[in-house]
Amino acid sequence: MRAARGANAWIAGAVLLAVLPWIPGLQSDSARSLLSQMGIAAVFALSYHLLLGQTGLLSFGHSVFFGLGGYGAIHVLRMVNGGLPIPLPLVPLAGAIAGLFFGVVFGTFTTRRAGTVFALITLGVGELVHAASLMFPSFFGGEEGVTASRTKTPHLLGLDFGSQVQVYYIIALWLLVAALAIHHFLRTPAGRLCNAVRDNPERVEFIGYDPQRIRFIAVAFAGAIAGLAGGLHAINYEIVASEALSAARSGAVLLMVYVGGVSHPIGAIVGAVAITWLQVSLSDYTNAWMLYLGLLFMGIVLVAPQGLVGVALAHLQARRAHALGRIARAYAMAALPVMVATLGAIALIEIAYRRSTQPEAGAVLRLFGLSLDTATPWPWLGAAAMVAAGGWLARNAWRRIDAAWADAGAARG
Amino acid sequence: MDIAIFSLLNGAVYGLMLFMLSSGLTLIFSMMGVLNFAHASVFMLGAYFSWQLSRWMGFWPALVAAPLLCGLAGAGIERFGLRRLHRVGHVAEILFTFGLSYVIAELVIMAWGRNPIENRVPGVIDFPAFTLMGTSYPFYKVLMTGISVAMFAFLYAAFKRTRLGLIIQAALTHPQTVSALGHDVPRLFVLVFAIGSALAGLAGVIGGFALLTEPNMAAALGPIVFVVVVVGGLGSIPGAFVGSMLIGILQTFAVAIDYSLLDLFRVAGHAVDRSSPLYEVYAVKVAQAAPILPYLLLVLVLIVRPRGLMGTRET
Amino acid sequence: MHRVLAVAALVLATLPAFADFKIAFIDPLSGGAASAGLSAQKHMAFFTDQINAHGGLNGEKITVLSYDNKVSPQESLIVLKKAIDEGAKIVVQGNGSSVAHAITDAVLKHNERNPGKEVLFFNYAAIDPALTNEKCNFWHFRFDADVDMKMQALTDDIAKNKAIRKVYLINQDYSFGKAVAAAATKMLKEKRPDIQIVGDELHPLQKVQDFSPYIAKIKASGADTVITGNWSNDMLLLFKAGHDAGLNVNWYTYYGGGLGSVPAIGKDGVGHLKQATEHHKNVMPTLLPEEEAFHKRFSDKADELYYWRLRNMFHLLEAAAKKAGSNDPVKIAKALEGMKMDTPLGPMQMRADNHQLLQPIFVSTLSDKAKYDVEGSGLGFVTDVKLDADKTALPTTCKMTRP
Repeated sequence: MRAARGANAWIAGAVLLAVLPWIPGLQSDSARSLLSQMGIAAVFALSYHLLLGQTGLLSFGHSVFFGLGGYGAIHVLRMVNGGLPIPLPLVPLAGAIAGLFFGVVFGTFTTRRAGTVFALITLGVGELVHAASLMFPSFFGGEEGVTASRTKTPHLLGLDFGSQVQVYYIIALWLLVAALAIHHFLRTPAGRLCNAVRDNPERVEFIGYDPQRIRFIAVAFAGAIAGLAGGLHAINYEIVASEALSAARSGAVLLMVYVGGVSHPIGAIVGAVAITWLQVSLSDYTNAWMLYLGLLFMGIVLVAPQGLVGVALAHLQARRAHALGRIARAYAMAALPVMVATLGAIALIEIAYRRSTQPEAGAVLRLFGLSLDTATPWPWLGAAAMVAAGGWLARNAWRRIDAAWADAGAARG
Repeated sequence: MDIAIFSLLNGAVYGLMLFMLSSGLTLIFSMMGVLNFAHASVFMLGAYFSWQLSRWMGFWPALVAAPLLCGLAGAGIERFGLRRLHRVGHVAEILFTFGLSYVIAELVIMAWGRNPIENRVPGVIDFPAFTLMGTSYPFYKVLMTGISVAMFAFLYAAFKRTRLGLIIQAALTHPQTVSALGHDVPRLFVLVFAIGSALAGLAGVIGGFALLTEPNMAAALGPIVFVVVVVGGLGSIPGAFVGSMLIGILQTFAVAIDYSLLDLFRVAGHAVDRSSPLYEVYAVKVAQAAPILPYLLLVLVLIVRPRGLMGTRET
Repeated sequence: MHRVLAVAALVLATLPAFADFKIAFIDPLSGGAASAGLSAQKHMAFFTDQINAHGGLNGEKITVLSYDNKVSPQESLIVLKKAIDEGAKIVVQGNGSSVAHAITDAVLKHNERNPGKEVLFFNYAAIDPALTNEKCNFWHFRFDADVDMKMQALTDDIAKNKAIRKVYLINQDYSFGKAVAAAATKMLKEKRPDIQIVGDELHPLQKVQDFSPYIAKIKASGADTVITGNWSNDMLLLFKAGHDAGLNVNWYTYYGGGLGSVPAIGKDGVGHLKQATEHHKNVMPTLLPEEEAFHKRFSDKADELYYWRLRNMFHLLEAAAKKAGSNDPVKIAKALEGMKMDTPLGPMQMRADNHQLLQPIFVSTLSDKAKYDVEGSGLGFVTDVKLDADKTALPTTCKMTRP
């Protein structure tokens, strides 16, 4: 019965992926580009989830596998352009193989220790590979990067893979494969041992397994999936440059997995979708999008360390304990002050950004339908007042929310 | 010959600036186990504060006020942010400072814009200190050296001679015992964070002159500072000193060396053909490899001796 | 909940925009090269407003969509996709030949795959000669003299100066920097075989914070002249380190007059700093009217009309659109190639064979007696030599397929 329900969920997911580009509103090239980007990010985030969420390894250099996988795939694609008869949908596999190779190579020395030492060593390896990439132009292409063409490949069933929607389906297919692979891996003894190493490495030693071996397996497998994501990136953009190995990309995947929820694979996908959307679309609305992203991250760390999925699950559990009513009422009380404070903070940030980074755009800022003259003190004072008032009122309401959650916990326990 | 002397001098100055930055980070890291990603951001704030305060109150008062302001900022970060996360775990603390580094960079852009600001060395210290073999050495770099050395001496005296220093020293290696002995460890944490941030701010005041003062400063220098702290060893200020000097001098000297493995092979009598697969690797000149040398050192040290060159504990 | 919001936002984002002519501006707006990109962004706003004030292009108002690429070719292709999706018909880029290579490739691929939805690539500053030689294509137009053309002017000046015996080359390690080094080596050998090249250095792009080790090497080599193509932070940090060490050499540069560089070198540069550009503030006895108008609009002392080539680019665009009678990119491109136009500095021509703009080049030296100074420093450039547009042309290997 449970197996059937599990299988149903997978089928529903596959159907959703297949249908997504045809939903009205998502049929434009830009929407499908966005979906493709989300798909690539989801594969990358799943691989990071395997490391952090399942094996407890915090890595600051995960982009090396993504980037090296991407370079591997784009070189294979260049060979395909030169006549090698591999169809485009199989090219990302070259990325996975490259990722696996480097996962094994780096895993031999990075997995000796876990915890902070592992985090630092991955930071060092990440920076090392990124800096070294500019020293070997024949593989890494120097500052220009390496380009290839996805249409000069053997055509399958009449498809030349020039259009975005065709690439999207390749990405969606590999996303399913990656998710299935991770799902099944976690049910093998090796996968279970990864969880054991995360929870209590000393005890794992006592039952006769070597935690370093297990960490090594996790790094290698995660490297393969990250390399797959890199390969998908290569066929989507037809270019891979040293930016694919950067610390910023390592930071981005950490952000995605953490915001979505570290403990659940679904969290990685949710985080990837949310952060990709924010990165791509928020920059259209505001210059300060990076600041909002940073604040969001800090907020999640402080208030909701279990991530969006964790928060959703907590609410579901509260509903089962019939404690949701009190929580919802507490939210309702907090809604107005929090909204006022947030709008005030957004106004302050936007005004400050306009003054300091875009003086030539003029002093008048259009925000939420209002025209604010940033040269006068009134918008500043008004926004500051909103933040102060909203913040003060929210403190009371926050206490109620805390109490409601404490009650929910007591009711459950 | 003169290139060796000037490389040594320049490397020493760069190393001392790294030491100013890394001593604060070592303190924080060793005592609380927090990988403070926002440390280089406070360094950046030091540079910007010194510029802004100099315009309001002149250079010398700003030299004192800017680090104090950074110390306050550090205290605030610990008191209002990190304190909540100590019980959640190291991962949460690291992530908090990670997000904070992005936020501080954006706040700097919000306040001072995206372009580098003209943080010119004040005229009173902008003159050559001495001229050796036709190349002059600027006085402000000598001042930097002096301030770093004075700071090291002050830290050393403070830790070895004062009671507070003794408590902090103990907490660097045995935090739980110190707490068990009844000392107010949270207050100690705030103090250490403040001191570490003030040191970073001081480094920033002077780094702002030697380097460009721009919003990217923190991201450019951040990773190297981590390398220094880990290579030098956790829990060890002398280790941070040795690590900084090693990396500063190594990087500076490396740029001057135009030889590669190819030259080594040639000296050994073995000529490598251009078509051989690893030719590109052998042809890399040490000067070209200069950016990766610190990270190579980090990886080697972490493999061979995870506690660093002079460290007293591992995590 | 998040998916609902995402879908709603996506729907909103894909609503049709007003029918206007969109030009995408892709350049660094943050990071080490931001000062160049931000300055160019102001020029874009200034010149498009001028055109819109005369009624726009064939009646359509121009809107500029700006994207930050952080000088990363990968990032540029990501935002290029976005720009094309948002309806841009022309892509303008300049800072970083590495980026230009990626964009010219990507535009060619897009146009091949999407006939009827072509876009053009207007390159205003990426001067690797390969872009108008072996990698030329019909959709790319370059509005700045390439590396070889400018090096021709600089080395002619060096050849005249018998006091120059030892030259040191220092450049950024990518296609442009390597092209500068190659051109300098070749042309010096042809014109002055007695000059010794005592150093050929390539350093990482936009990464070096402290150039004092490189200055130490220059000093140790005994060079009396340095040739460099460095730009933005790499130029002004090099000057800063040189000033700190008391370096006294002739500087032959491409971008020595860029934002922040003249204040960094200060008085050390008087009589020693030279550049080859299409414009400087003292090319005419008095400021040109467009320069006055630019200053009035952007009043920060660092804001100057530095990119005269953007002025030329927009004037040519306006004329080409008028000649074509349509805003279709293919028709504009066909009208643009071969076009001749007069400017206050002399005649210019867009070559039809390789889409390289020919415009006058000035070799100028920094002076403390110039009428108009740079960024309030008290120092300004004074013309040594003016090369007319037709004298700047060099042979090309370009073979492009035309639609």
